[in-house]
Amino acid sequence: MIEVKKLTKYYGDLCALDGIDFKIRKGEVLGLLGPNGAGKTTCMRILTCYLSPSAGGITVKDMNVTDQPRAIKQIMGYLPENAPLYPEMLVFDYLNYVADSRGLAKEKKNARIDHLAKICGIREVMHQAIGELSKGYKQRVGLAQAMMGDPEILVLDEPTSGLDPNQIAEIREIIREIGREKTVILSTHILSEAEATCDRVVIIHQGRIVADGNIAELRENAGRDTRIEISLANADLQTTQALMARIPGVAAVDAQAIPKDSMIHLSLSVEPGNDIRGAVYQVIKAQDWDLLEFHSKSKSLEHIFRELTKENAQ
Amino acid sequence: MKQIFHIVRKELGSYFVSPIAYIVIAIFLVVTGWFFFSTFFLYNQASMRGFFSLLPIILSFVIPAVTMKLFSEEFNRGSYEMLMTLPVSQVEVILGKFLAALGFSLIMLLPTVVYALTISGMGDLDPGPVLGGYIGAMLLSGLFSAVGLFASSLTRNQIIAFIIAIAICFFLTLIDKMMFFLPKGILSVMSYLGADFHFRNIARGVLDSRDLIYFVSMTFIALYGTHLVVQERK
Repeated sequence: MIEVKKLTKYYGDLCALDGIDFKIRKGEVLGLLGPNGAGKTTCMRILTCYLSPSAGGITVKDMNVTDQPRAIKQIMGYLPENAPLYPEMLVFDYLNYVADSRGLAKEKKNARIDHLAKICGIREVMHQAIGELSKGYKQRVGLAQAMMGDPEILVLDEPTSGLDPNQIAEIREIIREIGREKTVILSTHILSEAEATCDRVVIIHQGRIVADGNIAELRENAGRDTRIEISLANADLQTTQALMARIPGVAAVDAQAIPKDSMIHLSLSVEPGNDIRGAVYQVIKAQDWDLLEFHSKSKSLEHIFRELTKENAQ
Repeated sequence: MKQIFHIVRKELGSYFVSPIAYIVIAIFLVVTGWFFFSTFFLYNQASMRGFFSLLPIILSFVIPAVTMKLFSEEFNRGSYEMLMTLPVSQVEVILGKFLAALGFSLIMLLPTVVYALTISGMGDLDPGPVLGGYIGAMLLSGLFSAVGLFASSLTRNQIIAFIIAIAICFFLTLIDKMMFFLPKGILSVMSYLGADFHFRNIARGVLDSRDLIYFVSMTFIALYGTHLVVQERK
């Protein structure tokens, strides 16, 4: 549906995007991830025909963004970061104006506005000035605006930034709802958000793609690096360390005595493909130790993200 | 075409929901009314020449106040991004905003028709110069609106846009009066560049194609300049 080819964008001397390639299938919810200034917004702005690429390009349903911007804009809805709306306009007037610009027929217009107001939960603020709304409501008005033309593709730039946890949950729910039928592209630097809403993520760093795939795949590629964390009391450092190191599948043992609580903290790194939790427990049970804490930790998405975006910096 | 109409309606609407429109119109009417009528009875003539001779200088600071926000505010708020991702072209946006500013200026001029009606009641008012004056005022408003739009496209700061527009409009109005020290040959060329010169010609009631061409081409140049500046942002 959307094909990004060798997309490059320079702002003066600054290279914001450095030849990125990826494809977006119809009906997919794609997350663009990356640290601030990675090029997510630039990519979205080119996709929505707001900026023109320095080299390369994007085709949407075989239409090029530089040649047929109007046709592309017609099938695309866009919510820029922080939803920049006209503060002096009333919500209804604004949505009415967007509906006119999107070429909605007069008789359908009111029904459409009403429908969107219901989906986005802005019915009670329809006759307030946009400037008086809270951030969450503004974001929802922005979302309603983006969906006005019943677009096939919805582009959302950090749709939940600056919202409180309740509002975030609501917006995510709306996005998931839309994502059932439409192609949605959203950018974020909150990884749990990508995890919660996206089918696939593309991680951009310094204008380049460093990872592309669904979240399970990313985890796979980053290696299943599991650790087991144990806290023990009533034990001494040397014996625990020696006993743990003898368990097959343990790659390394990092033991630490915490004198304040008179306990020992162990961190076992596990060789990939082994599940040693049972074996570890048997060892502990055989001794006269008090087990205070026992949990295994797999690499979080945050960790993967940090690794991917750090490596390339060097 | 339809898109231009939607933009004009939105811009005009946003003028009239804020108090700025009413303040600008009130100031314009008070200033023109005062300067015109304070000397009107001394001349003891039923003509609007005094009013039209004032118009270029007054419009050259009133219209920039109207146009300053057109692009600057959108750039500053970021709403320009939303505007440009609607299915509209850049030319439509520029023409829409231009026509909104021109429309506002005409709405502002409309109440001054009362002056003409009042004066025609007092004496024998020659309709030619009055009609010419209003046609000239429309053309002049068009030119100044285009200049103001151009200034507004240069910056995201409305005050700077306002000052740049005033500077250009004043220059166009006063160019022949400022250059009095130049030799006569050059002076006539310079005054040909001045908007005031052409406006006075039209306001005499003589519609000469040279004056029309001047206004149309200068307005076009300013709008085209706006197009180039805005294009550069891509």
